[in-house]
Amino acid sequence: MTGATLERETGTDGRAAPRGRSRGTSDNGGVRGRAVGAVSNLVLVLIAALFSVPLLWVIFASLDPQATLSVQWPDPPSTENFRAVLNEETTFRPMWNSLVLCGGATAITVISSALAAYPLSRYQSRAKRPFLLTIIFATGLPITAVMIPVYAMFVQVNLIDSMFGAVLFLATSSLPYGMFLTKNFMDGVPKDLEESAWTEGASTMRTLWAIVLPLMRPGTAVVTIFTFVTMWGNFFVPFMLLLSPDKLPAAVSLYTFSSQYGQIAYGQLAAFSILYSLPVVVLYLLMGRRLGAGFAMTGGVKG
Amino acid sequence: MAAPTATEPATTTAPPAPRPERNLRRTALRGLPLLPSVTLLVLFLAGPIGYSIYLAFTNRALRGEGANRTEFVGFDNFITAFETPEFWNSVVLTVVFTVVSAIIGQNILGMILALLMRRATKVIVAVTGAIVIGAWILPEVVAAYLWTTFLGDDGSLNQILTTIGLPPQDWLFALPIIAVSFANIWRGTAFTMLMYVAALSEVSPDIEEAAEIDGAGAIRRFFFVTVPIIRRTIMTNLMLITLQTLSVFGLIFVMTGGGPGTSSQTLPLYMYEQAFSFGQLGYGTAVALLLLLIGGLASIVYLKLLPREEKI
Repeated sequence: MTGATLERETGTDGRAAPRGRSRGTSDNGGVRGRAVGAVSNLVLVLIAALFSVPLLWVIFASLDPQATLSVQWPDPPSTENFRAVLNEETTFRPMWNSLVLCGGATAITVISSALAAYPLSRYQSRAKRPFLLTIIFATGLPITAVMIPVYAMFVQVNLIDSMFGAVLFLATSSLPYGMFLTKNFMDGVPKDLEESAWTEGASTMRTLWAIVLPLMRPGTAVVTIFTFVTMWGNFFVPFMLLLSPDKLPAAVSLYTFSSQYGQIAYGQLAAFSILYSLPVVVLYLLMGRRLGAGFAMTGGVKG
Repeated sequence: MAAPTATEPATTTAPPAPRPERNLRRTALRGLPLLPSVTLLVLFLAGPIGYSIYLAFTNRALRGEGANRTEFVGFDNFITAFETPEFWNSVVLTVVFTVVSAIIGQNILGMILALLMRRATKVIVAVTGAIVIGAWILPEVVAAYLWTTFLGDDGSLNQILTTIGLPPQDWLFALPIIAVSFANIWRGTAFTMLMYVAALSEVSPDIEEAAEIDGAGAIRRFFFVTVPIIRRTIMTNLMLITLQTLSVFGLIFVMTGGGPGTSSQTLPLYMYEQAFSFGQLGYGTAVALLLLLIGGLASIVYLKLLPREEKI
């Protein structure tokens, strides 16, 4: 019963709690409010601590040449693991392959999405609604289930182990969501400016490039980074479509590395994991909460 | 009583009335920018889906009988699947994995996080958010590898358990499907959390206040006031995480490879094993088609749930 009462009081002032209480709550309520706040903080800290154990392991292990499976402070910390993996075969080539694969595919997705979003956002047509519904439907399709026919198809047309083929497929797999997101962002750009450009006789391409895209730069950034981060982590697609060791991206080479040396070189594996994760972590830090806003749009919950 | 307008986002001004479009040429010209996307989607998405419908009814194989000559075998692949215990084993495991990791794990933990974040201190919210989202943006293989070590025989979890006086376990052998489910909760909760944080921020405090004045306790208020308001988001989120979880491959493949034996072999892993380890492309595709069908149905439900204005 007390628990319920506790919660009940904060309902009134919960939102205003961090700053002054504007709603007339009694002192008693304030104390209760603080108590709920404290419990919330405590539980959050606990969850955060649990979530961070695997993350701590990878950081500590990467600095510890004698790393084991359990979390322990490296004594003394050293960069030996990083030096061991920072060579062409282990790190540079797979990372470069990842960059070519994901960078190329991201460029294709973002450009195609921007082009496609323009007519979808600006013109009315009877075909538009069914087309958009198909696109949203496609965002839900499990790409995993398409990989076997894609493999069989790529064998037929000789695209297996081709970076170009993998880039095109990877780009297509994120295209539905890219189009959907870009269109939503474009809908938010007012039409007034374009209309004056139209009257001055600017072409569609010119209007899109010179007026619409600059106005939706934050949106495009979200689409670009979201697409890139998703692709950077993708394992199944390159695992299926690329074969030669010198073409494999970091996602697959990490798997190969761990199945070969996973049982002995924990520290090096941890170091490589960190290097491989670094780009997405940096992009996430750059984007911060805006990336979250992009994700939340999946559900049509524009935050 | 507060007006329940919180759910309805302000509708923007209506689009200009569509003019009858007689000019076919203009329509074609306007649709031109769609060409690159449509070409890619037809070639690399619709194409493979169509091809999989064909392949699923053949005996195509990587080696052996079906390799030299592909024959039409009707519904044989599907009949074989329904008669094979391993297939049902992987169906059950897929359901367990989806229910435990998405519908229970990510969904409830995400909701708890979102609710707590409304009351907690800013700094703690920021730090917790960063850690949970950090777990989510890490590449799949890294997450899988971190959890393999976390759950390993001498891993951190057993270290913690021993410290607090509980018996250690080799989790990846004892409870492989639960082990991978927990890894997936760790990896996927951020998505649900972000969805629910966004939805809860739209719930007007006035409504909750009114319910409180009427004497509703916190739990009642959550289930009878908050949940009905954000139920669309909850349904959408459940749909989306179910779709994502159904098709998880890399995480399980790297952590357990579907093993030991077939004790964590969900449908995507079963499909992969049949098609590549055993070379039965036709049969593997039939299984993939079933997975696609489940995904397609879930996707249609998701479409129905979208708010009207998102559909255009």
